[in-house]
Amino acid sequence: MIDFEPSDEQLLIIETVRQFAEQEIRPVARECDEDGKLSNSVLAQAHELGLVANGLPEEFGGGGERSALTGALIAEELAWGDLSQALAILSPGLIALPVAEFGSDAQKQATLPRYAREQFVPGGLALQEPHFGSDPFRPTARASRDGESYVLEGEKALVPWIEGDDQVLVFADEDGTPQGFLVSREAEGLVATPEQNLGLRALPTVQLALSGVRVPASARLGEAAGCDLRRIVAQGRVAMAAAGIGVARATFEVARDYAKEREAFGVKIAQKQAIAFKLADMAIEIDGARLLTWEAAWRLDQGEDALREATLAIQQVRRVAMDASDGSVQVFGGHGYIREYLPEMHLRNARGLTVLEATALL
Amino acid sequence: MPISFEMSETTRLAQDYYRAMATDHLRPISRKYDTQEHDLPTEWVDWYWNHGRKGGPEDVGPSDGFIQVCVQTEELCWGDAGLYLRTPFAGLGGAAVGAAGTKEQKKRFLSVFHGDGGPAWGAMAITEPSAGSDSAAIQTTATRDGDDWILNGTKIFCTAGEGASQQEGGFVVAWATVDPTAGRGGIKAFVVPAGTPGMTLVGLENKLGIRASDTATLQFDDCRVPTANLLGSAEVKKRDAKASSGDKGFKGAMATFDASRPIVAAMAVGVGRAALDYVLEELDRQGVRIRYDAPPAELTALERDVMEMEAELQAARLLTWRAASMMNRGRPNSLEASMAKAKAGLAVTRITQKAVELLGPPGWSKKLLVEKWMRDAKINDIYEGTQQINQLIVARRILDYPSSMLR
Repeated sequence: MIDFEPSDEQLLIIETVRQFAEQEIRPVARECDEDGKLSNSVLAQAHELGLVANGLPEEFGGGGERSALTGALIAEELAWGDLSQALAILSPGLIALPVAEFGSDAQKQATLPRYAREQFVPGGLALQEPHFGSDPFRPTARASRDGESYVLEGEKALVPWIEGDDQVLVFADEDGTPQGFLVSREAEGLVATPEQNLGLRALPTVQLALSGVRVPASARLGEAAGCDLRRIVAQGRVAMAAAGIGVARATFEVARDYAKEREAFGVKIAQKQAIAFKLADMAIEIDGARLLTWEAAWRLDQGEDALREATLAIQQVRRVAMDASDGSVQVFGGHGYIREYLPEMHLRNARGLTVLEATALL
Repeated sequence: MPISFEMSETTRLAQDYYRAMATDHLRPISRKYDTQEHDLPTEWVDWYWNHGRKGGPEDVGPSDGFIQVCVQTEELCWGDAGLYLRTPFAGLGGAAVGAAGTKEQKKRFLSVFHGDGGPAWGAMAITEPSAGSDSAAIQTTATRDGDDWILNGTKIFCTAGEGASQQEGGFVVAWATVDPTAGRGGIKAFVVPAGTPGMTLVGLENKLGIRASDTATLQFDDCRVPTANLLGSAEVKKRDAKASSGDKGFKGAMATFDASRPIVAAMAVGVGRAALDYVLEELDRQGVRIRYDAPPAELTALERDVMEMEAELQAARLLTWRAASMMNRGRPNSLEASMAKAKAGLAVTRITQKAVELLGPPGWSKKLLVEKWMRDAKINDIYEGTQQINQLIVARRILDYPSSMLR
């Protein structure tokens, strides 16, 4: 039966993460953005909630409850707190989840347990490239087989590069097919240059230059079997869409609350249809985009190829989140442009959704 | 039960049944009754009454409840929204009786729709020449005279008003004020059976779209109905008085909108899907494939347009189903129903206009039905609460404002 109401279990997850977002993430969000730094204590506490580890197989210390829909519920609440921190908190999934789904037994043994231990271990994924028209399915970075190793050449951009890990999952073209490679951050020939971005300022990202980076053949994700990048990208789009809903909802809420406080012409500005209708539009569009996202996630959980649904969802969310955050700045007027208030940060962060591809995977 | 998008088998079978019905019985006469605007579509009316309403698949397990009604409605309106509105069923009048009527009233007015007599229609008459969205401003009066109420006034834009007022067995639910000084508290709904003396069909509108639907002007001149035909209580709540839960007058009638708006949204989705399906079929014939895996810089304007149409239609459909599923649980859904209606009305207006644009000259030509769907779609942004009225309702809810604070 079709049902749009979360089960008690799903509600509990939503409530738990929302509470964490409100009590831990939000209080430090502005400071993290201004300083361009994550809070290690927030990352550690988030890790204790097991948000990523719960989705990993039990035999490697995880909760064995992988679900794109559950992931979407979590991502929305975290991003409602703050998008930069949400992506950092979920970053272990960038490596752990593709390995859990497509990795060889040896790769799972070697990689997964570290994400289920006490310590928070971040993840990094190098999928996008720093050129116009960057296409995850047709990377210009190349992987060439050379005996028992692969040699990687090329450039990657917007690679999450949070302190505390020593590997990154790099996608490169091997004879016309994109393949993933687990690469040490210390590998010879790999140069990481920090990026300065418009939004998501608390999330460190780097541009990667790979020249003659040599990895063993066993570092190819899935080894001989390879992986299904379509599915990985679809999962990433659903996760990003869910996070985008979180940002849109957060910015809608501050705009709504401000409009009910701010007076002009003797009434609250929310009593003016020009403002009230803008808020109504935001609310309608957010709910519609959320349902699209849930549907795409649900289809992934059924094992379907949901790239179409995931793409439609992320495209819708990009528009909705941009409209909402831009509308929120507008509702605040001049104050919306000032860094003392949240809308300008929401607007910068929402723009990131339109650029980032699969930076968070659930 | 967790969030799920799995349509039940019963709903899926019903979807197939109504899709076949739309394909076999509505599409073939779609253009004919768009052109012959005020003719009764006898092929459809007779077939539906004698066969269509009695058929349908058996339940093979749990149904999706009101979502199934939305699915069926979408399929029929994918066939033809105007003919759907001309279908002999209880319609909005029936919804009002169902929501605000007593057991006896339901039996008296609704059993005809399951009986063996001739086809019958139900309709709702609210709008007046000087009262559209502001339904509390209606001027039609109801005056008590012994065991009767006497109605006087004019109603316009009454969907299915010809069938409901003229054809035996049918009825019109007319809204009138019993106390013009009482504002909305004085407004009551009266069931006026077809053929009641004093109720006159004075005209049918010529419309942009949904031309197969009979949109009537009805005049009430000393039209007498028994007190047993009043829906809800006769008691007048003065202006600003809080309506009690037992009050089924104005509030009761407004509650029918919470049930009818998801249906209207589903109708809209059906029309939008008709246009989108045609665009996708044509692209397929032309060998154009939409690339969901292409990077933004490579997407053509056509691909972007089609993807946006698809996403908008599905968002509208899911909002519609959500509002319907809340009814399954007996939850108040007026916020969600207005969200669905506002989204669907606007989305399909844009989708069908875009379809005409993308198809170029053939889209604009009457050789295809696409131009008709564009005309049919627009009404969804207007009736059952205009786009703006639904935005107003949503705004009041999300701001937690009473209507006095946001007008």
